[in-house]
Amino acid sequence: MANHDLDNLAAFTRRQFLLSGLTLASASVTIPQFLSGTALGLPSSAWGGSIPGVNEDRILVVVQLAGGNDGLNTVVPFSMPEYYRARPGIGVPEGKVLRLGKASEVGLHPALAGVKDLYDEGLVGIVQGVGYPNPNRSHFKSMDIWHTADTTGTGEGWLGRFFDSECCGFGKGESGRVESPAPSPQPQGGGGGIAIGREAPLALQGVKVKPVAFESADLFRWTGANAGPGVGDAYAAIARQEAAGLDPDSNAAFLHRTALDAQVSSETIRKAVATAPRVPYPGGDLSRQLQMVASMIAAGLKTRVYYVTMGGFDTHAGQGGENGRHATLLQQFGGALRAFYRDLKTQGNDGRVLTMSFSEFGRRVSQNASQGTDHGTAAPLMVFGPMVKPGVLTDHPSLKDLDSGDLKFTHDFRGVYTSVLSDWLSADARKILDGQFRAVPVVKRA
Amino acid sequence: MPESGASVPPTPAPARAKGVGPRQPDNAVSNSLDPIRPDEFGIDEARHLINRAGFGGSPGQLRTLADWGPEKSVDYLLNYEQAPGEAIADDAFDADIMRPPSAEERQAQRRAAAARDEETLAQIRVRRQNAEQADREQVRAMQRWWLKRMIESGRPLEEKLTLFWHGHFATSYRTVEDSYLLFRQHRLFRAHAAGNFGELLFGIIRDPAMINYLDNNDSRKGKPNENLARELMELFSLGVGNYTEQDIKEGARALTGYTYRDNEFAFDRANHDGGNKAILGRVGSLDGEDFVRAILEKRECARFIATKLYRFFAHDHPSGRAALDRAAEPVIKGLADTLLRSRYELKPVLRRLFLSRHFYDRAIRDQQVKSPVQLLVGTIRSLNTPARDLKTLLDAANMMGQSLFFPPSVKGWDGGRSWINTSTLFVRQNTLVYLLTGKRPQGKDPLADDEPFDGVSLLEQLGLAYPEARETDLDARLDAVLRFTVGRADVPARDTLRAFLASRGPGPLDAPTLTHLILLISAIPEYQLC
Repeated sequence: MANHDLDNLAAFTRRQFLLSGLTLASASVTIPQFLSGTALGLPSSAWGGSIPGVNEDRILVVVQLAGGNDGLNTVVPFSMPEYYRARPGIGVPEGKVLRLGKASEVGLHPALAGVKDLYDEGLVGIVQGVGYPNPNRSHFKSMDIWHTADTTGTGEGWLGRFFDSECCGFGKGESGRVESPAPSPQPQGGGGGIAIGREAPLALQGVKVKPVAFESADLFRWTGANAGPGVGDAYAAIARQEAAGLDPDSNAAFLHRTALDAQVSSETIRKAVATAPRVPYPGGDLSRQLQMVASMIAAGLKTRVYYVTMGGFDTHAGQGGENGRHATLLQQFGGALRAFYRDLKTQGNDGRVLTMSFSEFGRRVSQNASQGTDHGTAAPLMVFGPMVKPGVLTDHPSLKDLDSGDLKFTHDFRGVYTSVLSDWLSADARKILDGQFRAVPVVKRA
Repeated sequence: MPESGASVPPTPAPARAKGVGPRQPDNAVSNSLDPIRPDEFGIDEARHLINRAGFGGSPGQLRTLADWGPEKSVDYLLNYEQAPGEAIADDAFDADIMRPPSAEERQAQRRAAAARDEETLAQIRVRRQNAEQADREQVRAMQRWWLKRMIESGRPLEEKLTLFWHGHFATSYRTVEDSYLLFRQHRLFRAHAAGNFGELLFGIIRDPAMINYLDNNDSRKGKPNENLARELMELFSLGVGNYTEQDIKEGARALTGYTYRDNEFAFDRANHDGGNKAILGRVGSLDGEDFVRAILEKRECARFIATKLYRFFAHDHPSGRAALDRAAEPVIKGLADTLLRSRYELKPVLRRLFLSRHFYDRAIRDQQVKSPVQLLVGTIRSLNTPARDLKTLLDAANMMGQSLFFPPSVKGWDGGRSWINTSTLFVRQNTLVYLLTGKRPQGKDPLADDEPFDGVSLLEQLGLAYPEARETDLDARLDAVLRFTVGRADVPARDTLRAFLASRGPGPLDAPTLTHLILLISAIPEYQLC
């Protein structure tokens, strides 16, 4: 398969079909929908055309920092003496902070050199004080709240609902009604997000549209292929088998369609990810994940949302200040983001990709008795890309007016979601979030 | 291939020797609740019955059921209290892990807080964290315990019905965070699984896990919480549109004071609103039991439950296939009538469904997407693969979307096509590879070589149910294997499978070849259905 075919994925899939001798009895039945970017499987979109009015070019990458990243040591309020009084052992020395402009009252942790480089190129926006009312300090519950954009933490994921609304016009509250349990006539793999990891995050789970998740491309394939002579070839033939003679509305036909979808997706993704990186990437799991995402974008996959996760941020003990556990994590984070955007720029795709990093909560202002910090509340959120509003976009929350030792949030995270949905993904944020939240604009005006 | 040594049956197998064959046109779907005749009940029908009323069966079990005929088979599966089963002790799991602090402990905490005794407070916090950790481990142990029961049970329908009620009265550990309460709830479902639905409804309003899950523990006079009242009607008994917002409000008042203490239901009279109420046409100083009685009196309740049972045991409904939906309508109506006439006894309804001509129609057979649990337990039970590592299977089921004691919401598991997407399909296929070969996505089970899958024995056993398995002809044996594993021989993958077998050379099918054949069959789309 010549490389240039990967640029036009629709042509790749079509050629694959022709080579394997399948006839396209019905476009909606046999065209794998996962990668075509349209859940409705309309023939025109599969051949590379676009549905009028839908902005298919823009991509959102979500970087989830799991465990509760300590915002105060990430975006350091070095100009506030309360910070150093509260953190005698783990505070970041003022002289080591990476300044963000003369007037800024905050700076970056020194390990975030990667982010600083991007910041100096105008590719980083920092929103401080992001949280929500009645903060929950349980990992599970708070993460669910961020994933569902609902303070009860229940329901579908916010991006799942985005995909549902794109595909089927659903908004939150309309989907999943008990009286409409009928199976969708479309394959469930169509048009969703890609998550790197063992299971897809709740944020990507919709009612109609489901995401794809895999830890590495090797795992997104059948593991029985090497069981014995001829087994792999037989499987490949089975996976391509057209399902003749089946009632197209039956569950059997649905399974055949999804199996075909899965096979083509698997081959496409593995091929995409097998290409050598265009720039060097540092070590670490986040770097590995973003490298895969960059490869998939380079290969022309029409996926609009990618989701990656980095763990280890629950620094209750021995967090360290300028150096130590937390610093190491931040260094990996910064290095990975920098390589990611260098890669995208080399591809010419950087303008299409907006990356948002968040954590389920920040940490308490005062350090604890174990040279660490406990679960807190509001924290900074960062957005990356040439299209973001660059700079420190909001003020640091007060360190004097605390809520039992925790920061009070100043910007509801759903306001950031509103901006991402409306301004970046051109979607109806109010419908998807089932409510009006004051937008926290993170996207540059055109 | 050597004779297995089992004697050939003296009489020929019943007349259903041929496979299911090509699909009939849709307009031939039976809508009849009349019972299937004994002469129409052969191996294929027995296989379908045990797939739905259980987790599939071995060839020997299919032979037995086919020989018994429909009535004896259904009664055996349904009256499972007569089959061997392992009792469950109250103390199978620890009731005290998440016990609330005692009066002395609360006092000690208050004193420490007042004295700003950080060390004591930290100790109390650590103790609490340890208890939470231990409880999370216990719920994992409960998952392994239940999965093991499903795999080994001599009462498969009991397990399957308990799973059904767990999905119907969905309650998640993620919210409740008390494994013993979920164990109690599990036993409630098990006790009445094939019993009386009314008892389940009366039981669920007093169930501590459900009371916790739907926030009824603090619901009190003057400040009722509507969550339990709403879901009781919307999701557990009547369905949307069969009650009003006023019924919810009044129902919530009736349930005030229904709480729990020390893992037991407790009625807090002081918090109960004993005033006059009007719920679903009933009037009076109604309490929770009166509320449930009002629900049970409505025909819509029988209809709603009959529909859910139909969806779980027969087919998605609506299915998107017009002829099937038309045929299912009178069937569901008939089942609802039976449920009402039997005053909510479940056995008559299940019996009627499992004996009906509609149930055995080709439009229903091998058309239901297997739940993750069905896929795994069914594979182990019917193919006799080793069970291997239960934790691995539970992780896999979780990735496939079904984690026992963790239903995704109060709506339970949607089931059907929602189990299937491009991700879960690979997890499903790869978990079957694991069961058959011990091979994990990365590396291999250390015990895999000691626990091989015995395809040779399976093939020998197959002859009990499918005589053509004993023939030397490659096609005949392939047909037998396909009929047993996926219900029909004429699957689209048949040519590929045949070519694969032929490529392995002439002569008897050896163990590796059989394992690889079954491996490939587990990877065809039809294997995801039962």
